[in-house]
Amino acid sequence: MYGIGLVKGMLVTLKNLVLPSRRFTLHQYPDRKVGPIGLARHNGTNVVSLALGSPGQFFRSMLGLVSIPDRYPQHPRFRGEEFTWYEERCTGCASCAKYCPLGIIEIVTDPSGQDMQEGQKYALEVFDIDIGRCMFCGLCVEACPYDALHMGSGFEEGRYVRNDLVIDKDRLVSSSKRPSNWFRPQLESRDNDPRGDSDVAWQDAGRHEKPSVHDQEERWAKR
Amino acid sequence: MSFDNIYDILVGLVPGGLEWLAFLVAGGILAFAVINAVVMSGAIYTWFERRALGRFQSRLGPNRWGPFGLFQPFADVLKLISKEDVVPDPADRVVFHIAPLFLAIPVLLVFAVIPLGEDSFLGQLNVGVLFIVGVTGIHTFGVFMGGYASRNKYALFGSMRGVAMLISYEVPMALALTGVALAAGSLALSDIVDSQNIFFVVTQPLGFLVFMTAASAEMSRAPFDMIEAESELGSGYHTEYSGIKFAVFQLAEFLAPIATAVITTALFLGGTKGFDPIPGQIWFVAKTIAVVCFLVWFRATWPRLRVDQIMAFAWKGLFPMSLLNMFLIAVEMQIFQDDAGVISGDSLIIMAAINWTVTIATIVVFAHLLGQGRLRRPAPVPSPLANMAEGG
Repeated sequence: MYGIGLVKGMLVTLKNLVLPSRRFTLHQYPDRKVGPIGLARHNGTNVVSLALGSPGQFFRSMLGLVSIPDRYPQHPRFRGEEFTWYEERCTGCASCAKYCPLGIIEIVTDPSGQDMQEGQKYALEVFDIDIGRCMFCGLCVEACPYDALHMGSGFEEGRYVRNDLVIDKDRLVSSSKRPSNWFRPQLESRDNDPRGDSDVAWQDAGRHEKPSVHDQEERWAKR
Repeated sequence: MSFDNIYDILVGLVPGGLEWLAFLVAGGILAFAVINAVVMSGAIYTWFERRALGRFQSRLGPNRWGPFGLFQPFADVLKLISKEDVVPDPADRVVFHIAPLFLAIPVLLVFAVIPLGEDSFLGQLNVGVLFIVGVTGIHTFGVFMGGYASRNKYALFGSMRGVAMLISYEVPMALALTGVALAAGSLALSDIVDSQNIFFVVTQPLGFLVFMTAASAEMSRAPFDMIEAESELGSGYHTEYSGIKFAVFQLAEFLAPIATAVITTALFLGGTKGFDPIPGQIWFVAKTIAVVCFLVWFRATWPRLRVDQIMAFAWKGLFPMSLLNMFLIAVEMQIFQDDAGVISGDSLIIMAAINWTVTIATIVVFAHLLGQGRLRRPAPVPSPLANMAEGG
């Protein structure tokens, strides 16, 4: 009958309004506003102790001025921007540059480097990654024979100028070492959390320990 | 608190011979208070509508600024005020500048005659219904002026559609209000509220339905938002507007549902009437909020009608319905009214029963007359040239 469809449609939208099961599961990136109750729950206290402990923040949250981070949980194997690179592990073989399908890694080496344990090695003069054109396939990370290059875990590298997207050697060295677990089972088995707040030292990032001098002399020389 | 109270106080204060000054100042005070209250309620209503629409559509709505996004309207207004006020080069400047006022002022004027307590702000205006119908008619001018002065094709499309639609829907709206005036025996809104021992929504369901439909077309909201039609016309008559003038347009647009809800409450839902411990003003506001919720619900649900469907619905559907309603009420008044000229007691119940039966019958009949297939366009006849390739 004429008009029944209107009522049906109104019932559909009413269900959206009323039913708790129709409530959106939504993360409000990067943060969301909380009232006093939400803030107390986020701090792990109750409202009363929040009001007594930090009345200023309580009042601000009453006004709706307090926001807490609200992000979707991220998988540790996420292939993010901002590559993690260990200068101590890198030998300057340029495998990553060769395997890069887009040719966006530029490496210039010089045979003057000094390895801490083995003496002479290649020193890297230039190591540029243009993540503005990178597609994050991770072939460079797969190709690295010494586990020197890892994917990062971030995704907030927006810049106003395209040239700023080129990661140079200084930035690779100085950035915090939070390698992603992608293609790195040794990190995965140790439950490494790329979004955590502890760096991974260069000794721990490799697939295995470096063989000792004794091992090299005894086993490798006789082989 | 009405105009007369303020005037009486002020006349005592000024020396003799200066009554006109007291008149002006009293009017100024009243206008200031009412306009501010109405505009603030409009601001809160924009927040409410956006949040509620969000929930209806499974999203959040504005939530960043203030608790639950309550300060969002103020942020919007600040942003619109600080934007550049662009006037198109070929625009008709005078008309372009005053068009927003023609939309905003009628809506504000409506609130002057609404009986929020015993009286309205202007005291007893004995032509209240006529005033409302006349004043809301000015709205049409605003729409047409906005579209015409912009010198923009889409704005002109929108305003031409708007004028056609608004004028068409004013007819059934006024006729539906005639039924109310007949039953109450008066055009004054306070008399109409007093006469509703049983609310007119119960005794005149057909008139209520026609009025609500026509009113939601009058304020050009979904499903009758043909004027603005974002997906088709840019945004219709205010395509070229920006800055503070656009804010005034938006203000009028968001005040319209409140005005409609207030009129509906006064005319059909018994205004300040309710049971006793709760004061009448609270009853009025509660009923208004309920009507506003329904209007938001309609907007969240129903899709927009096509232009020819809207016009056909006005002239083929609502217009005969409102005529029938008026005729029915007039005949019933003639039969049932007592010596005092009103209907009371058992005859009111009989009248309600008759009207509900007629309403349902009317809706069924009209559904068969112009529902479903009747509003549909005829199927296009395929061109004889379409199959030439196969035939040859």
